[in-house]
Order: sequence, then structure tokens, then C-alpha cells
Amino acid sequence: MKRVFIGTAILFSGLFLAAGSYAAETIKIGGWLPMTGAVAAYGQDAWGGIQIAMEMKPSVLGGKVEVVVADTKSDKIEAANAMSRLIEKDRVIAAIGEMISGDTLAGGPIAEKAKVPVVSPTATNPLVTQGKKYVFRVCFIDPVQGDVAAKYAFNTLKAKKAALIVDKSQDYCVGLAKFFKDAFSKLGGKIVAETFCVTEDKDFSAQLSTMKPTHPEVIYAPNYYSPVALFTKQARELGVKAPVLSGDGAQADELILIGGKEVEGVAFTGHFNAKAATSPLAKDFIARFEKKFPNKEPNAFHALAADAYFVLLDAITRAKSTHGEAIRAALAKTKNFEAISGKLSIGEDGNAVKPMVINVVKGGKFEYLTTINP
Amino acid sequence: MTFQLFLQQLINGVSLGSLYGLVAIGYTMVYGILRLINFAHGDVLMVGCYFAFYAILIFSLPWYASFLVAIFLAAALGIVIDRGAYLPVRKAPRISALITAIGVSFLLENLALVIFGGRPKAFYRPPLFGRVIEWGDLRFLTLSLWIPFMTFVLIILLLLIIYRTRAGMAMRAISQDMETVRLMGVDVNRITSMTFALGSALAAAGGILWALKFPQIDPYMGIIPGLKAFVAAVLGGIGNVIGAAAGGFLLGLLEIMLVALIPSLGGYKDAFVFLILIGILLFRPVGMMGEKLPD
Repeated sequence: MKRVFIGTAILFSGLFLAAGSYAAETIKIGGWLPMTGAVAAYGQDAWGGIQIAMEMKPSVLGGKVEVVVADTKSDKIEAANAMSRLIEKDRVIAAIGEMISGDTLAGGPIAEKAKVPVVSPTATNPLVTQGKKYVFRVCFIDPVQGDVAAKYAFNTLKAKKAALIVDKSQDYCVGLAKFFKDAFSKLGGKIVAETFCVTEDKDFSAQLSTMKPTHPEVIYAPNYYSPVALFTKQARELGVKAPVLSGDGAQADELILIGGKEVEGVAFTGHFNAKAATSPLAKDFIARFEKKFPNKEPNAFHALAADAYFVLLDAITRAKSTHGEAIRAALAKTKNFEAISGKLSIGEDGNAVKPMVINVVKGGKFEYLTTINP
Repeated sequence: MTFQLFLQQLINGVSLGSLYGLVAIGYTMVYGILRLINFAHGDVLMVGCYFAFYAILIFSLPWYASFLVAIFLAAALGIVIDRGAYLPVRKAPRISALITAIGVSFLLENLALVIFGGRPKAFYRPPLFGRVIEWGDLRFLTLSLWIPFMTFVLIILLLLIIYRTRAGMAMRAISQDMETVRLMGVDVNRITSMTFALGSALAAAGGILWALKFPQIDPYMGIIPGLKAFVAAVLGGIGNVIGAAAGGFLLGLLEIMLVALIPSLGGYKDAFVFLILIGILLFRPVGMMGEKLPD
């Protein structure tokens, strides 16, 4: 009986809170981010980017925007819990996140059910938005990324034989590896070795020793920054000299800090490079970034999280409402938005159509190689 | 697989296995004496790495000095954990101590998250350990020679302490019957703290070598070494120091050979490790070298 009473009390207070949020005082948005764990760098960089974006555009519909951060601990179960918490306890009207595909896949259905729109900055696996009305993203998807990487390996690096190391515990890595494999084979290249690991792995000597006698001309490692750094370091120590090619997950400072001089020459397909950014929004963002974080360079996770924030606020403005359904409809109609990472439109399935860059580690920095337009 | 490749994989396996063994000896020692599975062992290992990291970064100590400082600080941490967490439950049923150990593990991880931050940090590897030895087509780091050597040295040291000192004699006596030892006038709490100090120092030493091999430290880095060391200790017969080193060796070799022989199973190697654990607990709970447990 007591339980029922408390439950009703919570329900009513919840209703009051919900009613309060329409009075346009504060607009609560969820920051659904991996602040700790295996991909902590993505979440923390994203949070840095969002903070700058909030400086640039602090309010919408006359209300001040508040971003409530919920840590997903880079874990699928925790990501689902964090999403429930944002919706039920913090009562956010929309959320930005998650940064990686596996976690976004885990929490997406919860947002979908509650009709809370979610904009992921960098979850690139196609399944993230497939069949969902409330999940969007401001990045390209992996079939495109795998295709571009395969073309870069085959045409630019002139590699005919590729070896793979795939993190089997991440939807992102498995998907991207498959798209690369298909595209590389179609071009006439050969996959000479395919090896696997998990996110927590530190030792890649067995996989590398297996690859070495097959003499790969390129190694595709579509994994997150820590494994890519340790893998590449160990590759050079074991005398495997083939160039290492990775995906957008590689662009965290830790890749260079941990990998040291051994990661020089690691190239990857990515969302953003400050040197290739031209829009007025990007210029303003980069200038503020350099002031706020003088020893850092803005990377894809800073920029795309800010983009997700701007795209979401743009949709709320156009919807003239904080209702999930109205925001969703406006998000789906996003056209030619001049974002930090280039012009983007939300296309089919809630995916962004936008340019891609290829970056390379050179002199301990992420240098820009080229831009590929959709 | 060519003979050349087999040799390379053997080297990889020994290099990884000796690291597991090194972490496992501290784990097994604490169990052997106190009959407590110290789940916080891996987290002490992590904190030890951060001590070394900050000793180099903030106090600009040379690496060898910073490693020594880290080992001593970890030993002190071991005493603090024992006094703060395990002493109050010493007379409680064994399961309480086990749960306390899990609590300490979470506490250390989350403290580290708050204090050191969630992003991984790069650990400095002195050139002495990072040189590549080339031998025909075979390659390995000088570190791969240092790790088994350090394991050997630490085992000898540990056996000397346990079998050749008065404190060691008290430790062995406690492992037999704590109450009787207390009646004989031995300060049981002091000896127990010493055991934890020793175990934590070993954890830090293992952690530093771990961080030298995989030069990246983060608050959750202790979980996997802790689990692998636990399996290695059970494999070798928990409580048996030499058994733990041998168990670690075998575990590393098995892991590498699994990936080498069946590359498609590379993503499941940890599952196999735990299958081994289940198998041993089912069919030979005393491990390879264990004697029958008294109770």
C-alpha cells in the first residue's frame, strides 16, 4: 500500500516537472556519453565540444538549454540504463549520443519507445537508425566509410593484399570490416588474413605473427583508438611493416600518446579535420576551442557532438515545440545545414549525407589528406 | 604453420604467460596464507601503475626510482586496505571477506576514475625494455626476457621470506590455524597486514611490468590481469606460488596458441580461459600442483 502511495507521489511530481518544462525556463537535453571506460576519450571530447556549442548558442525558444550528462561507461548495458535514467528521471526532451554504435543500438529502442529524439554524433553502423523513427545521426555510415577505405588502400596505397584485425565485441568494428572486405574484394584485392580480438585485448602478438608470413600490403584495423595504438606499436616491434588503415574511431589524442612514433603513417577515414573546415560556424567553433583548450586540437568527436547540438537546436527552433514528435518531424526535414563538419542533410533512415575526410598521423599530429564528397 | 612461425608464437606465448604468472604469485600468496580470494588484487595493480606514472610525471623521478616508490606505496595501500576493510570482518564468515574484497575493488576503481580521470594515459617505457631483439626472422622485446627473470627473482624472494624469516614462519602458521597462533602470542593482525603489504607490492611489481609491455594505463586496467591471474592461480593450485607461475605460463601459451591455430576464434579467447577455469574447478579443483585442501 505504501509502495503504491510513493509510486503515485512520484508520478504526480513527475507530471508537475513535465508541466514545468513547457513554461520555457530551461530546456533539458540529455548528454548520453561514454565519459569513462574503453572509449572515454570520445565522450569527454564530445562533452568539450558540446560545452563550446552551448557557449555559442545558449538558448532555444526563449529557454536556456541545459545538457544533463549521463555516463554510459562505454558499456552496452550501462548505456541502456543511462538512457532510461535520462528519460525517466531527468525528463530530457531529446538527447545527444551515444558516440559508438554498439551503445547507441542498446539504448536506441528505449528512446524510440518513449518518443524522445536522439541524435548520435558518431555512431556509424547502419543498424543504429534502421527501422527507427526517433534515432538520427550527423555522421556518414559505414558502408560508405568501408568503401572509401578500400578505394584508398587499392588505388592510393596500391595494395593488392590486405590483412584484417577486427574487434569482435563491437558492432561498429564488425560492420566496418565487412564493408571494407566486400569493397576491397570487388576492386580485385585479396584478403590474405582475417584475425579477431575484443575491446579489452592488449596483446596482439599472436594475430600479428599469423599475419606476417602472408605479407599483407595494407592492414585494415577498424577498431577504437586504444587497440589501434597498441596493435600498431606491436606490429612495428614484430617487424610487420605494412601501412595500417583505420576508421573514424582512430581520431583520439590517445592514439598518438600511446602509440608514439610507431603510429606515424596510420591513415584513417574520418568525419573532420580542422584544416579542412570552412563554414563560418566551424571558424567560430575552432577559434573558441583554441581559447578554451589551448593545448589541444579539435577532432571529430568535439566537432560532431557540437554539430549534433546545433542540428537538434535547429530542429527545435523549426518545430517551435519541445514535444518529441514535433522535434522528430523537424529533424527529419533538416536540409543543407551548414554544420562544423560540412554541409549536411538528414536523408533516408535519419542518416546524414555529408563529406568524408582522410586523415593521417604525421609528426605526432592528425594531418589532413583529402576530402571525399558524397 | 611453419616451424619458424611456431617458434615465434611460442615466444609470444611465453612472454604473455610469464606476465600472467607474475601477477598470479601475489594473488595466490594472499590466498595461501589467509584463505581470502583478494578480488582487489587487480585494482591494487592498477593503482601501483598510477603511482609509478605520477612519480615520473610530477616528481620527475628516474624510472627505476619511481618503480620502487610505487611498489612501496602499493605495499602501504595494502596495509591500509587490510586495516580499513578486512580487519573488521576478520571473524565474520569467509563469504563476508570475499564480498568486502569485491567492494574494495569497486572502491579503488571508482576512486581512480575520480582522481585520475577516465581517459587512458600513456606509460613511459624506458629504452632498456623497449629494444627489439632480432634473431633471424624471430623478434621479441628485451622486456620479454625481463619479465620471466623478474618472475623468477620475485618467487625466490617470496619463498625466502615465507620459509626463512620469523614473519614468514608466522604467516605459514596462520595459514594452518589463526586462533592457535594468536594463543601463542603472535600479533596476528600485524602478520596479516604484512601479508597484504607483500601481496600488494607484488601486484604493483606485476602491474608495472604489465604497463611496460602494454604502455597504457586506465582505471579499469586491473580487471583483466586480475581475472587472468585468478585463473592462473587456480590452474596451478591456489595457494601454491610456483604453481601460480606455472599456471600463468600455461595460460599465456594456451591463449596465444588458440589464436595462432584457429584465428577465427581470436575474439573468444577469454571465453576459453574461463572454460578452462570451469573445467578445473569441476574436475581437479586443487589445480596442477595443489595438494588436497585441509577442509
